[in-house]
Amino acid sequence: MISKAKKMKRYLPLYLMFLPGAIYLLINNYIPMAGLVVAFKKYNIRQGIFGSAWAGLKNFEFLFATPDAWVVTRNTILYNLVFIVLNTVLGILFAIFICDTLNKKLRKMYQSAILFPFLMSAVILSYIVYAFLSQSTGIANNSILPALGLDPVKWYSEAKYWPFILVFVNTWKGIGYGCLIYIAGINGIDLAYYEAAKLDGATKWQQIKCITIPSLAPTVITLTLMSVGRIFYSDFGLFYQVPRNSGMIYSTTNVIDTYVYRGLMEQSNVGMSAAAGFYQSVVGFALVLTANFIVKKFSKENALF
Amino acid sequence: MREKPFSRFQILANTSMIVWTIIVILPFILLFMSSITDENTLVANGYSFIPGKIAADAYVYIIKAGDKILKAYGVSILVTFVGTILNVLLSALMAYPLSIKNLPGRKFLNFFVFFTMLFNGGIVPSYLMWTGVFHIKDTLFAQLLPNLLLSAWNVMMIRTYFTTSIPDSLYEAAEIDGASQTKIFLSIVMPLGKPILVTMGTFAGLSYWNDWTNGLYYIVRNRDLYNVQNLLNQMVSNIQYLSTSTSSNVTSAASNIPSTAIQMAIAFVAILPIMLIFPTFQKYYSKGLTMGGVKG
Repeated sequence: MISKAKKMKRYLPLYLMFLPGAIYLLINNYIPMAGLVVAFKKYNIRQGIFGSAWAGLKNFEFLFATPDAWVVTRNTILYNLVFIVLNTVLGILFAIFICDTLNKKLRKMYQSAILFPFLMSAVILSYIVYAFLSQSTGIANNSILPALGLDPVKWYSEAKYWPFILVFVNTWKGIGYGCLIYIAGINGIDLAYYEAAKLDGATKWQQIKCITIPSLAPTVITLTLMSVGRIFYSDFGLFYQVPRNSGMIYSTTNVIDTYVYRGLMEQSNVGMSAAAGFYQSVVGFALVLTANFIVKKFSKENALF
Repeated sequence: MREKPFSRFQILANTSMIVWTIIVILPFILLFMSSITDENTLVANGYSFIPGKIAADAYVYIIKAGDKILKAYGVSILVTFVGTILNVLLSALMAYPLSIKNLPGRKFLNFFVFFTMLFNGGIVPSYLMWTGVFHIKDTLFAQLLPNLLLSAWNVMMIRTYFTTSIPDSLYEAAEIDGASQTKIFLSIVMPLGKPILVTMGTFAGLSYWNDWTNGLYYIVRNRDLYNVQNLLNQMVSNIQYLSTSTSSNVTSAASNIPSTAIQMAIAFVAILPIMLIFPTFQKYYSKGLTMGGVKG
């Protein structure tokens, strides 16, 4: 008994230290998880989430009866797939280029250049893109297109251009994150492999194909699976700010996150946006678990849990 | 890997990377050049890398006439400062118990933190809770509290650092000397954990500085509480309102929109602090510590 009291005295301060953060997570993260039931309610402000009357699956019926549900799901998944492929391929390519750059100062400069845009907020991104694409004052319509002999384009009202614009902006901003992980991976490869390959007369391409890429494979698989696990989520800023919330291009810029936002804030349709949010949370969670399960099979130390 | 500096591969690698570096830098130059271009020139000729006529008007305007703008910077600075300190303190306090290997219930506490990384309720229940229960709409708490105050990821990174970089023998020695847990935390854990705390503080600060979503959701009427990002965002919405509206309010909305050069100047000043923290950020990322730190 003495030991129990003593133990309590010893550990109590530790639990108290844990407490403030735990209260925050409880409020900010756990209550909203429980609040997901609002998707099955006929929400009413005065009665709150838990007091409102049940609506069964009504909200979901409305959601999946619209063509939007399909469009935003398709957009979310397709964009993410393209992002994953491009960030992996270009990330590895740039990592190889940077690691093989002989000049130390240049190497440092390249590394800074690929990472810096990663720190920009979506609002700043939207300003930068606007400077290029603004209909009357943008560089594209004012300088680039006339030089090529082409007519000006109304960028913010033509949906067909946006898949390319968003993919480019995402790469411009996000390439650095994965690339730096690949650089760390390449720096970890034993130089002796390359020396031996060179003695055998291997070309640069053969060295990359037979040493660099196989060595990076576990990292690539892990990063890719983790991204696939997040395929139902997208960067709200990229899809909301960069197209400047322009309604005419929703068909190619609307993703689940922007759809939920607009349902909630612009149309005050709590039921439908809650249903879409629930759909995203639950399918997203299942995908994260699946991805982790597969990573665990490939390399146990890289799994999240 | 050593080879001739002018091999075909070296030329290919350097050319590609120099082209990419230019692609990265050009937009920032454009942003800056537009901010120092004379407004009339900008309207007539559009954005340009070479300002036809240089004018520092935009920056003078920000300092002299920009009451709203300075207020927004004030909100950004205050919230970033307070938020970062609270974030680091809460995270360190939470990470330390998790790093004690024989703490009873450690596994459960760990899971409690970790699970928030796997599953979340999304914006709809969060929004209804913050506005309906805590009434943070149009208060400064709206910029400070939702989502940014603590991230499970930061806590996990700090915990792993504590476990791997602070030797158990130090704790044992302190306990033999009769030091309390509070004392151990303040005199051993915090000083030794400084590198990770600085890094995580940089991340938290960046999240606060760059955040515009909290303002978008929760700052509706009291625009004095806008931060810089919200202000920039609002200018965009006003312009859209102008281009779609035919009502007589247009003139009043138009007078609220600063010129393009001023918008670009505000954006440029919003990027400056990021340049300051960039070296810290890069040092961390270059170590490739981003993976594996969550487990442990």
